[in-house]
Amino acid sequence: MDYFWGLFIGGLTRGSIYALIALGYTMVYGIIELINFAHGEIYMIGAFTALIVSTVLTMTGMTGPAVLILAALVAVIYASAYGFTVEKIAYKPLRQAPRLSPLISAVGMSIFLQNYVLLAQTSDFPPFPNLIPDIPFLERLSPLMAPTEVVILLTTAFIMIILTFLVKFSRMGKAMRATAQDRNMAMLLGVNVNRVISHTFIIGSALAALGGILIASHVGRINFYIGFIAGIKAFTAAVLGGIGSIPGAVLGGLILGWTESFAAGYVSSDYEDVFAFALLIIILIVKPAGILGRERAQKL
Amino acid sequence: MERHYRIIFAALLSILLTVKIAPAADTIKLGVAGAHSGDLASYGLPTVKAAELAVKEINVRGGVLGRKVELLVEDDACKPEIATNTATKLISQGVPVVLGHICSGATRAAIGLYNDAKIIVMSPSATNPELTQSGLYPNFYRTIASDDAQARLDVDFSINALKLKKLAIIHDKGDYGKGLAEHARKFIEASGKAKLVLYEGVTPGALDYSALVQKIRRAEADGVIFGGYHPEAALIVSQMRKKNMWTFFISDDGVKDETFLKVAGKYAEGVYASGPRDVSKNSLAIAAVEAHRKAYGAEPGAFFLNAYAATMALLNAIEKAGAIDYIKIGRALKTYSVDTPLGKIRFNDKGDAIGVGFSMYQVRKGAFVEVR
Repeated sequence: MDYFWGLFIGGLTRGSIYALIALGYTMVYGIIELINFAHGEIYMIGAFTALIVSTVLTMTGMTGPAVLILAALVAVIYASAYGFTVEKIAYKPLRQAPRLSPLISAVGMSIFLQNYVLLAQTSDFPPFPNLIPDIPFLERLSPLMAPTEVVILLTTAFIMIILTFLVKFSRMGKAMRATAQDRNMAMLLGVNVNRVISHTFIIGSALAALGGILIASHVGRINFYIGFIAGIKAFTAAVLGGIGSIPGAVLGGLILGWTESFAAGYVSSDYEDVFAFALLIIILIVKPAGILGRERAQKL
Repeated sequence: MERHYRIIFAALLSILLTVKIAPAADTIKLGVAGAHSGDLASYGLPTVKAAELAVKEINVRGGVLGRKVELLVEDDACKPEIATNTATKLISQGVPVVLGHICSGATRAAIGLYNDAKIIVMSPSATNPELTQSGLYPNFYRTIASDDAQARLDVDFSINALKLKKLAIIHDKGDYGKGLAEHARKFIEASGKAKLVLYEGVTPGALDYSALVQKIRRAEADGVIFGGYHPEAALIVSQMRKKNMWTFFISDDGVKDETFLKVAGKYAEGVYASGPRDVSKNSLAIAAVEAHRKAYGAEPGAFFLNAYAATMALLNAIEKAGAIDYIKIGRALKTYSVDTPLGKIRFNDKGDAIGVGFSMYQVRKGAFVEVR
């Protein structure tokens, strides 16, 4: 039974990271029906920023949670700025263009950012410091879950609750939902659609950056390429749950995480990806809009 | 009368034959075969230079069995079909020992001919495991570790030095990692001393490997042999240690890397990794490289030290055998150790050099330290 729970928690951790990144895909899709392929790169840039900031802070002699919080703050702000500008540069001019054009623009942005980091930073695997402090009382859980996993789970749960409140009850959330339902109508009713779109990109990027920091301190290394793999998986999670739906992204992320974990645990880790994508195909055959996606659903 | 002529003619001929052999007996012929032209010449030419330098050194000191050593250099361009001609030519010239061939394919093509002619062949560079392990070529020796040497070392070390009974093999599905894993699996199953409890490939670059770590725990493995490179190894080790698993971790040359130490940090401590033996402090190696610089004004090329060691081993064995005799030379190669640039070597029953190739290293206080 311990084995089952070990796999369950491993899948949960992995799935909640997928969910954090998938939220960015799904929110952007919900509002402007664009698959933002550069989203994985924002995740990677967030992790790199945190690495640089924490290295500098550690050199000045700071330690412990202060480094984590400061690094996370800077990374989130910096990555959000990236998300914001990417939208302004690559997507906004194409808003009235055929749907394929912004998609290609997004793919181009993704390749550009990846190679930019490769050239400006490194092609190597720089070690990422373990920013999440060792909490002694969590050590008792260590056969089942590593202390960093506990922190990842708590943080993502907390963030998702905040996000739900933001979307459901704040003025900005209301504007976002209105834009998602009908952009033209929202515009006619005085919603500043451009600002709403910018907000969406900023929130999505902030979530991705947080995911980047959490997973990088969990696995202890980063690389310019991590955004691509995480991005593909998170995109899969978003589609699985029904792209455009926020609870769908979370559910899709968790299901994907569990599928991978149990497939690796009970079958073979050779077939981890095979099972993950087989599941995606099956679900899309049965429910083409994804688990929680509806034909003309409330997308946010 | 007719018959007498024949006898006399035959006698004359045989006298001619002995007369022809007599001056040749003054030198000991060492055949050197390998790629000396074509696009793989850079693999073969350093061996020629090594043989020249080693032989010069030995001739200055009086040669072997009181006779000078003479080199017969033949090109096989690394092509199996040419290698058979090369071998035939060397055999007809009466060489007792051959240094070569360079490429595994060419060696394989030529080795049978030498075997039939009872000629000892020693390659500085052919790494194909079959050449020695098939047992088909008792005349074949080599001064380089075979392709499966790392896997053998990892398994032997786990079973004999660490006394592990239940082993897990993990690989990264790549050519290098999976190749090592396949060999390791074969050796574990053949040894009969340890059980293989888990054999799995992982996807390089995955977010984490927690499911795999749980699986290793459930399999109750007391050692993990990992075939692959340092990014995945660092991740797997860190996650095992974070989950309080102190299972032995034994890996390969792809992990014996500074980056592994940096990324895995404190979790790297105690990890074993095999890597090429360090010969930079061997005085014979230093001298051989220095002689090469002096003679050719350049740094030596590929397999130079292996070829130098092979030449020394062959000539030493002839000296020890006391005669140019296939069986005696073979026995000498397996009995007497000789100091070479690769360290002290002799050969096992299969023809692989003992003491050449890989060593086991362990991470101690943040650095790889040679274990034995």
